[in-house]
Amino acid sequence: MRTILLVGNPNVGKSVLFSRLTGVRTTVSNYPGTTISYTRGFTKLGEEKLEIIDVPGTYTLEPTSAAEEIALKMLKNGNVIINVVNATNLERSLYLTLQLLEMDTPVVVALNMWDDTKHRGIDIDLEKLMMILGVPVVPTVALTGEGIKDLVESIPRASSPDGPVRSRDERWASIGTIIDQVQRIEHRHHTWLERVQDASVKPLTGGLIAIAILVLSFLVVRFIGESLIGYLLEPLFNRLWAPVVLWISTLMGGSGFLHDVVVGKLVGGEVNFVESFGLISSGLYVPLAMVLPYIFSFYLVLGLLEDVGYLPRLAVLMDTIMHWLGLHGYAIIPTLLGLGCNVPAVLSTRILESKRERFIASTLVSIAVPCAALQAMIFGLVGQRGGQYVVIVYGTLFAVWVILGIILNHSIKGFSPELLIEIPPYRIPPWRIVLQKMWMRIYGFLAEAIPIILGAIVVINMLYFFGVFNAIANLTAPVVSGLLGLPKEAITSLVIGFLRKDVALGMLAPLSLTAKQLVVASIVLAMFFPCIATFVVLLRELGVLNMCKAAGVMIATALITGGLLNLML
Amino acid sequence: MVVEIRGGFGMITRLNAMGIVPGKRIVKISSMIARGPITVEVDRVQIAIGFGMAKRIIITLDQ
Repeated sequence: MRTILLVGNPNVGKSVLFSRLTGVRTTVSNYPGTTISYTRGFTKLGEEKLEIIDVPGTYTLEPTSAAEEIALKMLKNGNVIINVVNATNLERSLYLTLQLLEMDTPVVVALNMWDDTKHRGIDIDLEKLMMILGVPVVPTVALTGEGIKDLVESIPRASSPDGPVRSRDERWASIGTIIDQVQRIEHRHHTWLERVQDASVKPLTGGLIAIAILVLSFLVVRFIGESLIGYLLEPLFNRLWAPVVLWISTLMGGSGFLHDVVVGKLVGGEVNFVESFGLISSGLYVPLAMVLPYIFSFYLVLGLLEDVGYLPRLAVLMDTIMHWLGLHGYAIIPTLLGLGCNVPAVLSTRILESKRERFIASTLVSIAVPCAALQAMIFGLVGQRGGQYVVIVYGTLFAVWVILGIILNHSIKGFSPELLIEIPPYRIPPWRIVLQKMWMRIYGFLAEAIPIILGAIVVINMLYFFGVFNAIANLTAPVVSGLLGLPKEAITSLVIGFLRKDVALGMLAPLSLTAKQLVVASIVLAMFFPCIATFVVLLRELGVLNMCKAAGVMIATALITGGLLNLML
Repeated sequence: MVVEIRGGFGMITRLNAMGIVPGKRIVKISSMIARGPITVEVDRVQIAIGFGMAKRIIITLDQ
């Protein structure tokens, strides 16, 4: 079977094209570096089955980041290369094209975003370009599917023109000649979108826009999340599901080990969805009625920000601050992704250039950036005691993020590289794309979280039943009670935190903690150790040694912060 | 217009690949306070460049 590689600059739409060709859904956004590892899928050319690989974007075949190194390694395995080019930025894209033509693999060029050239006043002479390059050139609009069929049909005509390997200057000189011959540009006035574009990277207007966007995002996430819980899911569970659970409870005799695993412990003869801890009570209520609404609202807002193209601009504004933490502005992307889930956040640190940055960014994300599931539970449980306690939790995590970043920056050898990123134009994303991505992420949450949550509930019940938790609680009592000022049973929550942090925070509910204890416990739970999913990715991305270092930092920071808060509050 | 890039091989590679090459017309869009990144436009693409790196791109002004 022949392998076709999709190769091109970052953010030219390779992944959209890939989805079109193969029907495989991929994450697409409007910023460079969304694809950090390769995805494969299949398509048909007549009777022949072709393997298509979506390669991370690269500007040059001389790699400058981990994602680009992956791209280079992939090149050796391809039979045909589809070079995806942004038709509105031909000059810049051609450099990679010329490099690809110098290799022995046959090439087809896809001039993507072809529809954009018209209203930007760009006119490209296709025939001439095809003649000069010596390979098929097919205009495409991946978003709508225009030209995809022609592209597939042009694959047999892919060719590798003979030509010498040129130097960098020779390539740029020849790009100049090509552009003069094939491209004409009409001057256009700035559109309002372009004006907002410029304003959002200027210090004053950019700062104001950033604050407005972040505040608005927060309010929208809260509003949608709260409304879904208050008006839809809570009534649904309390009125419709609670009687069913009670009925099953009576059927099972109202008590006993099996009853407690399935239904949970009844509180005063009633089901308490937060405190019961059975498979069909808390096991469904926590993921579906407490966490899911926030996952939905968070990913809706994040998806919009990603697809509009705002995130790289936030990176520019945050650059100076991120340098204090030993990172540069683009590290804001793993940080924001981490507010959804730490797993994709740690993976996305591959867009950063150095190992040092990746270590700092991953450690900071796993300590001080709570995922949406944990945040939903913080809002649900800590929020009940008063908004000021939620503010303390977030304030502390933010302070730890900054202070720990500064400490890591000063204690790890090396320096933080400079920011160098392309800022894509603002685009108004089609709803289909935004919703599709949100559905993928929600499905990911449901498919991964619910089995682990249900498993965790069985484990919790078994550990209680066999008295294991009591043994652990007595062993760790000096630290948990002495240092953190929590009841010794709170350790159960920290242990389960390794499985899922949302369930773990839920375990604190029946302990009748004071507001202060709940704040300390939430913060320690957030920082102490990553959940198993994040742990596995960290181990793979950092290696055993650095993972141990990161874990040491996490445990130490959690205990110090928890201890200090216990003294201060 | 870009005249010269005073940097190491790696830096020149990265800037070149993004279209910042001697002889190219380059327009500064904005600069962030406190030695923040400079945003420029080359070939209708906007690029943000860290202050230290931007400092080493030597340009001449249009008449």
